Amino acid sequence: MIRLSAITRTFHMGDQTVYALNGINLHIASGEYVSIMGPSGSGKSTLLNIIGLLDQPDSGRYELDGRLITDLSETEQAQIRREKIGFVFQSFHLIPRLTAAENIELPLILNGMPQEQRQIRVNDALQAFELKQRASHRPAELSGGQRQRVAIARATIMQPSVILADEPTGNLDHQIGAEVMALLENLHHTGTTLIVVTHDRELGARAHRQIAMRDGKILTDQADDAG
Amino acid sequence: MTLADTLRTSFKTVVSYRVRSLLIILAMALGVAAVVVLTALGDGARNYVINQFSSIGTNLLVVLPGRAETSGSFLGAVLGQTPRDLTLKDAQLLGRLPQVRRYAPLNVGAAELSAANRLREVTVLGSNADLIPIRHMKLAQGGFLAHGTERNAQIVLGAKIANEFFPRSQAIGQRVRLGDSRFMVSGVLAAQGESMGFNTDEIVIIPIDYAQAMFNTTSLFRILIEAKSHNDIEPAKQAILATLKQSHDGEEDITVITQDAILSTFDRILHTMTLAVAGIAAISLIVAGILVMNVMLVAVNQRTAEIGLLKAIGATSSDIRRLFFAEAVWLSFAGAILGFLLGQFGNLMLRLAFPQLPAWAPVWASIAGILVALITGIVACLWPASQAARLDAVKALSKR
Ligand SMILES: Nc1ncnc2c1ncn2[C@@H]1O[C@H](COP(=O)(O)OP(=O)(O)O)[C@@H](O)[C@H]1O
Ligand SMILES: [Mg+2]
Repeated sequence: MIRLSAITRTFHMGDQTVYALNGINLHIASGEYVSIMGPSGSGKSTLLNIIGLLDQPDSGRYELDGRLITDLSETEQAQIRREKIGFVFQSFHLIPRLTAAENIELPLILNGMPQEQRQIRVNDALQAFELKQRASHRPAELSGGQRQRVAIARATIMQPSVILADEPTGNLDHQIGAEVMALLENLHHTGTTLIVVTHDRELGARAHRQIAMRDGKILTDQADDAG
Repeated sequence: MTLADTLRTSFKTVVSYRVRSLLIILAMALGVAAVVVLTALGDGARNYVINQFSSIGTNLLVVLPGRAETSGSFLGAVLGQTPRDLTLKDAQLLGRLPQVRRYAPLNVGAAELSAANRLREVTVLGSNADLIPIRHMKLAQGGFLAHGTERNAQIVLGAKIANEFFPRSQAIGQRVRLGDSRFMVSGVLAAQGESMGFNTDEIVIIPIDYAQAMFNTTSLFRILIEAKSHNDIEPAKQAILATLKQSHDGEEDITVITQDAILSTFDRILHTMTLAVAGIAAISLIVAGILVMNVMLVAVNQRTAEIGLLKAIGATSSDIRRLFFAEAVWLSFAGAILGFLLGQFGNLMLRLAFPQLPAWAPVWASIAGILVALITGIVACLWPASQAARLDAVKALSKR
């Protein structure tokens, strides 16, 4: 379902060209649980951004569910982000002036869903992520773990087929990080494709398929028997 | 994203940045209020002058000696030379013109008035019985100069004069001395106060013959003419010019001013003034627009990470452009409405403070003020909104 062929992404710093991604070939099937590891600057975030249609490769082909992404218009790409992809970030990226419930509701608003339906969906999500008591709290009034739960609820509210998590536990302590990973793994159990970038070897090892990156290239790509 | 959700979402944003929003709204509001109040002052002044001018008569023409250098110039005639006098005979000739309803000759001078052991100098007007209807004057007591009896020694007193000389007793029927002649008081004018720079409360009016004899002159200061109808004003003017040219040996040495022409001149001048003042006030709205632009640019910069997030969860560039746009529309809209209300309140205060001044903002000015506020607010937001829409999502997200 995700098929990257010879993907290259460069950045220009002055007269220097940095290869953030250098000829990436990758196929990820529907429902897989993949972790991406590697040193800082190895291109993990760039890869995730390209898979999530936030960034465009300089060259190469990207197919998602059989559609060639590189040919789509900006609006079509936005629609795919809205309907098929859920992002979870290290720094949560919640809107500070909105309540937990309002943050979770945002993707539904962008998708033009009527208000009554939104209310039902948001309530279900608050329930599922144990945020009912925090529904009308603003991010500043929430703990790190609660914030990330809100962010995950927001990422999944549209029932996307792919969850992209870029160091989701990076700002959380070990215990809370493990809880957040368990939530993400629950989503995987319901059939969602889960791609997690992490620094933590232990967490990375939980994935059924582990990809190691270095200097914009895939170093190793190992699959467990269980995966 | 639906329109209703765009408006609701941006409204929430406006509310949550309370102080910033209030400041912009206030800046907009002051601009609109300035338009509403200043045009109300201008238009109020215009209406005040026109009302005052209309109250001195209807279909009025004034004939004065001397020829205006530039046609239609009121000042030129007033300051012009007097080559040939207007006479009572001229006035009587004009009274017979078919377009003329009535006429009143006018002489002005000063004399000493004495009665009841009092003595003071007063302004003396010489005229006839028709002065009252032509000038829309009112009597408080008694009657005016009798018709066709200009040779009767009657005198009409201004309200203040009557009160000074006969504070307790009835003025009507009293004998007074004006200059060297004796008169009998036939009436007292109603108190009017100042009107067009002339206070009728401190004058006395006597028959024109007596005035001419007293001031030893055969010439008239003015002839006031009332045309039969509004349509007769122009023909009457032409007829007056022709008649007096004939009786003055073919010399066109008089000037005819119509109340109508003066009214429309004042109307034009004061209307132009109102427009100019409205334009100046509108400049403050442009300034408010620049403020909106600046604040929206700051907002785009402040909310960069938020814009990146919106893109990540599937907002299109036009969703983001519309969100910022709607925010500016709310701010300008609130500013315009608040400004309109502030302006109306200001006008109410003006009317309470100066009851003679009809300080109502003209409808066009209120509409224009609100529209200019909305348009400048919206135009000012076009650039910041497109800046926001153009942001690169990845870079925006990485900004902390
Ligand atoms: N916007 C950018 N401008 C310039 N260089 C960038 C930009 N984004 C990423 N890079 C560079 O690309 C490389 C890969 O970055 P990234 O994908 O963020 O790495 P990782 O997430 O593995 O730490 C790094 O060398 C980084 O400096
Ligand atoms: Mg990274």
